Amino acid sequence: MHDIIRQLEEKREQARLGGGQRRIDTQHSKGKLTARERIQMLFDPDSFEEWDMFVEQNCTDFGMADQVIPGDGVVTGFGTINGRLIFVFSQDFTVFGGSLSASHAKKICKIMDQAIKVGAPVIGLNDSGGARIQEGVDSLAGYAEVFQRNAMASGAIPQISMIMGPCAGGAVYSPALTDFIFMVEDTSYMFVTGPDVVKTVTHEEVTAEDLGGATTHTTKSGVADKAFPNDVEALMYLRRFVDFLPSSAKENPPVRPTPDVANRVEMSLDTLVPDNPNKPYDMMELILKMVDEEDFFELQPNYAGNIIIGFGRMEGSTVGIVANQPMVLAGCLDINSSIKAARFVRFCDCFNIPVVTFVDVPGFMPGTSQEYGGIIKHGAKLLYAYAEATVPKVTVITRKAYGGAYDVMSSKHLRGDVNFAWPTAEIAVMGPKGAVEIIFRGDIGDEKKIEARTEEYRQRFANPFVAGKRGFIDDVIMPHNTRKRICRSLRMLANKEIENPWKKHGNMPL
Amino acid sequence: MIKKILIANRGEIACRVIKTAQKMGIMTVAVYSEADNLALHVAMADEAVCIGPAPSAESYLVQKNILQAIRDTKADAVHPGYGFLSENASFARALAREKIAFIGPKPRAITAMGDKIESKKLAKKAGVSTVPGYPDAIKNAKEAVKIAKKIGYPVMLKASAGGGGKGMRVAYNDAECLDGFVRATNEAKSSFGDDRVFAEKFIEEPRHIEIQVLGDAHGNVIYLGERECSIQRRHQKVIEEAPSAFLDEDTRQAMGEQAVKLAKAVKYQSAGTVEFIVDKNRNFFFLEMNTRLQVEHPVTELITGLDLVEQMINVAAGKKLTIKQADVKLNGWAMECRVYAEDPFRNFLPSIGRLSRYQAPSAVSDPDCIVRVDTGVYEGGEISMYYDPMIAKLVTWGPDRNAAIASMREALDAYYIRGVSHNIPFLAALMAHQRFIDGNITTNFIAEEYPDGFNPADAVHDDPNLVIAVGAVMHYSFQRRAAMISGQLAGHGRQVATDWVVVDGDDHHPVSVTMVDDDYTVTVGDTDMVVHTDWNMANPLFVGQINGADVCMQVSRVNVTYRIVHSGVQADLLVVSPNVAHLNRLMPHKAPPDTSKLLLSPMPGLLVSVSVSEGQEVKAGEELAVIEAMKMENVMRAEKDCVISDIGAEPGDSLAVDQVIMTFE
Repeated sequence: MHDIIRQLEEKREQARLGGGQRRIDTQHSKGKLTARERIQMLFDPDSFEEWDMFVEQNCTDFGMADQVIPGDGVVTGFGTINGRLIFVFSQDFTVFGGSLSASHAKKICKIMDQAIKVGAPVIGLNDSGGARIQEGVDSLAGYAEVFQRNAMASGAIPQISMIMGPCAGGAVYSPALTDFIFMVEDTSYMFVTGPDVVKTVTHEEVTAEDLGGATTHTTKSGVADKAFPNDVEALMYLRRFVDFLPSSAKENPPVRPTPDVANRVEMSLDTLVPDNPNKPYDMMELILKMVDEEDFFELQPNYAGNIIIGFGRMEGSTVGIVANQPMVLAGCLDINSSIKAARFVRFCDCFNIPVVTFVDVPGFMPGTSQEYGGIIKHGAKLLYAYAEATVPKVTVITRKAYGGAYDVMSSKHLRGDVNFAWPTAEIAVMGPKGAVEIIFRGDIGDEKKIEARTEEYRQRFANPFVAGKRGFIDDVIMPHNTRKRICRSLRMLANKEIENPWKKHGNMPL
Repeated sequence: MIKKILIANRGEIACRVIKTAQKMGIMTVAVYSEADNLALHVAMADEAVCIGPAPSAESYLVQKNILQAIRDTKADAVHPGYGFLSENASFARALAREKIAFIGPKPRAITAMGDKIESKKLAKKAGVSTVPGYPDAIKNAKEAVKIAKKIGYPVMLKASAGGGGKGMRVAYNDAECLDGFVRATNEAKSSFGDDRVFAEKFIEEPRHIEIQVLGDAHGNVIYLGERECSIQRRHQKVIEEAPSAFLDEDTRQAMGEQAVKLAKAVKYQSAGTVEFIVDKNRNFFFLEMNTRLQVEHPVTELITGLDLVEQMINVAAGKKLTIKQADVKLNGWAMECRVYAEDPFRNFLPSIGRLSRYQAPSAVSDPDCIVRVDTGVYEGGEISMYYDPMIAKLVTWGPDRNAAIASMREALDAYYIRGVSHNIPFLAALMAHQRFIDGNITTNFIAEEYPDGFNPADAVHDDPNLVIAVGAVMHYSFQRRAAMISGQLAGHGRQVATDWVVVDGDDHHPVSVTMVDDDYTVTVGDTDMVVHTDWNMANPLFVGQINGADVCMQVSRVNVTYRIVHSGVQADLLVVSPNVAHLNRLMPHKAPPDTSKLLLSPMPGLLVSVSVSEGQEVKAGEELAVIEAMKMENVMRAEKDCVISDIGAEPGDSLAVDQVIMTFE
């Protein structure tokens, strides 16, 4: 008995040291925390329960037989964040570079299965050199097992990936299947093929950072949702992020008390929209003045800036916010912004998070690059996402709602539950100038006439009443009352119940 | 009797005049440019008339439009405020022709005093002491050097029609004199349409002290004590106070009497200001007379109990002054801070934009404390690129100078502005500066104390523990609330710890926080503090008492830190468990991006000219480009010897802040 306990202690000690002190020091010298330090930071104190500490790898090829470290390069288990159950796997770069073996993959699969069973989120802290090459196809099989579970968990429980080191090759597809990917600046990168292979195949010279660093994926590719300056901030943010999410699709988002009152009046919003319809304004100001305590967790802030997405709370409950940003590309919809918002709306719909949409959209972006890039299909993604969503949908049109983009942005016709317009709203097929040049094509060249016609069109459509007359908007509200009106609408919609027709699953335009 | 006043101005001064008119039961008419249609003065006035497009040269300076507005609204008097047409004799004459009362002096007095060269001659004649100088307009740069040499360097080159720091240059040698003459002439031309420039001896270690005078149409002139405006940055007044800590009763009286003599010499009526420069031996020299209501008039109002605008209106209506010199008693001490939309940490460059948040300190009117905010803006309003970027004048009064300073410090702490940068950190640092508190100031104070500009490190907190304690209380509150989230594992809910570490840069401060009744007990190091507050997480102002002393700090969450602004100091505090604090030490320091090879636009503005070409070698100090913002020309110079590799903007371009103008090799 004593002997067993002694062995247990030894194994635990060995597992805790991972790849040994020297490798831990190396990890630290790179500004990275160890797998266990990260878990310790992520979870409430003393809440982590580790599983599979004694799992070891089974490979005997290439001298691996005598290289056995308990835990095999990944720490798994569950714990709590602010008392709520969360499952985690945290790859240990100090053990075989965090490479994925069959046993390593099995550990991940085990906690994923468990998380799906009990309905709790899974967080992956990725820090892995890739496949355990010595194991060959066993390692590949391991990846696929994880992928399969990612797909099965998708929409059932929230899955979050925090990339805190390398993540290359096939390994990238597990994060890619999860709901959110976060990265740590300078110390993490993700790519399907690394710089060496890129050079051999395409003769292109590129650094790992440029190819797949946090900056690349948060500004160019849109793969990552947000980047953080270092491990400590990343994990602090992650705790805050998890507080927005429900544990599973069967639950409502969490609620916490707030001192911010629902009927907070913001007089300054009455001057937010400038007189000149071509002058931009910052939609972020509206969002910050809507949500509780100005606390807005923006996702993909540096990618497709013409649309803003993120989580906030209203009266303590999570809401997903989608808003056109007039400061960037006049707030138009294009390929990137459509995809960005579509995936976000679908996440909200999966997890019972109401969607609040602020609309100031002049239309879809014209041009060959957009058409050749498939704006038809990509724009349809956002349309599809709003149309199929059954969560409460509250929409506020602040200014322009032109053309097909009006339809897309959570309009009444896409089962928008409550659709408000500000007095500055203009709901029309297009801007007055463009419309006149089509309707009165014959008058082109006669500037005076065109000007008069434009003014006439403006008078007719540059107001919320045409849409109001048809019931396409439910009310015209004063900007300063917007928070109150949204809060009340969300309360009214709390027990909303609608169902889409039975199907295996929809066939959204991918 | 005056029944309806049109205010030919905008911003805080228009609002200020409207308030007094309303108090007197007089109707008011606001005029506004297209950029000001939502401005506060427009909302406050009984009527409002649009007088043209945004640029003041097409609206507030267009006499024709204002005269039409007067006719349309049947106003019988005009208050010009300060700036714009306030010292324009032709405007005053045009009003006289239309039988409209001009609430200000007669055109003759404006003409006599408006021209700095003429006014000096007049002052000399009236027996007022003046600064040695050359009283005529200088013909060209060469002559400027000759004259400067005669007077002896340093020499001040000054636009004849100038004011407010525009068109003024100090030269310490021939080269600077040549350059300064050209710039002063150009600025004078673009700002005032009058390019005459004159020169005078530049007095070092001077104090700027001015006398408020008030005259009526019946030949009565009195003086209402002095104001000291020595705290200036590049000749722009920053802080004004009344009385001056420097004057003795004899000097005060001598200055006052000379000021009255001058006013009488030009038959001055209405409120006016005679500016003096005072040397360390209390010798005073006449600088100029401002024939208008001064920006800083409130400090005089607070120590005399008079409403100067009311006095001006009565004088314009032909009434006799009801007060005699003997009735003028100076009571207590008043301080004024000019709150500007400018970035003190970026060389005070103007910052324009929307006031997304704006909450001024509450007005106070107690027997031992007055807080007054003269402003023309509101939350959701705009600081426009077309006009002076002043947000407000914050004025406090107390029985003595220290009390006025203390009230000012509290008021600055509570002044909450977001959306544009503002100079409150700088004002707060000045108020906390020992030399200022001692009253040991000159007009060079700012240049001497902040030779490299104002940097965050220049703002030092009296008691950093207060800030740490508030950071700790904030964190504790947020953690306690986080632990109230729904959906916790029953019986395994989160317990909030009491021991934390407040990380401020490299400094780690262990703290403990507990709640006793409704108060927080915070221990920072060895210091125990009781924090009493009803602050909540939705409130940007942390108001309460720490160990019984009042505090007001501006608090917000920025990324994972708590940002606390107090007493001009901004701290970004990370509050974490002792464990995490230890791990945080392992995080790498990240160097800010290297901008040394870039010339960035320091402000939004217009690129007037580019003085170099690609591939050109330049020496340190050489001119690279000129940017115009707020009607001021800003010369961008090379910081070191370099070669221009790429120019990314063209003259005429509108520049955003931090936009790359050129890169160096």
